[in-house]
Amino acid sequence: MNSKRPVNLDITTIKLPLPAYTSILHRLSGILLFAGVGLLIYALELSLASEESFADLQIVMSSGLAKFILWVLLSGLIYHFVAGVKHLLMDAGIGEELESGRIGSIATIVVSAVLIVLAGVWVW
Amino acid sequence: MVTNITNLSRSGLYDWMMQRLSAIVLAAYTLFIAGYILTTPELDYGQWHELFSQVWVRIFSFLALLSLIAHAWVGMWTIATDYLNSRAFGEKSVLIRFPVQLICFIALFSYLVWGIQVIWGL
Repeated sequence: MNSKRPVNLDITTIKLPLPAYTSILHRLSGILLFAGVGLLIYALELSLASEESFADLQIVMSSGLAKFILWVLLSGLIYHFVAGVKHLLMDAGIGEELESGRIGSIATIVVSAVLIVLAGVWVW
Repeated sequence: MVTNITNLSRSGLYDWMMQRLSAIVLAAYTLFIAGYILTTPELDYGQWHELFSQVWVRIFSFLALLSLIAHAWVGMWTIATDYLNSRAFGEKSVLIRFPVQLICFIALFSYLVWGIQVIWGL
């Protein structure tokens, strides 16, 4: 390998634009969901195994901690979903310019924030 | 730089396509489940069990599970190779990156087997 190749700049020393933060959040929400899927599969298992386990799950889900965990996971899912749609639009060539990319990032944050609040209303 | 021997296909373009196709399946499944729950007030065990006993729902769920495995693998691989590389951790970065990828593999493989058990009621 040619050691004189230019390397990526150190992101800790750069002032990042808004789309960079929405991209990093997309990755962080992805990691959150990767871990959270285990809980979701467990909940699906309890919900389908029997009438008793379904009732047990309902009791567990009535606790404040379980609701908070569910809301955190739903928040991750909502953000990942919305930012993912933006990614697919950008794959199609929409919102790739400097200004439209910034508007897309603002839209991602606003839309997911509204949905996350609504998810909170639904959970509680 | 990372020597890419752990990506899904040895082809970045194929990995990219898998990530997008699986994203579309997962988005559709998310809307399906969220739509069902939101339009079914007072959901009880009977209705829920009935939903998941239909073959097409099981197939859709299984497709979503497979998509999740592929999507998460490509995503976690991308994150691992972007941050746990020699720029950040020096020449021995593979000693950090490989265990992380191994954990991802074990977790995703477990999700797959466990998820199949749940969906198909084995």
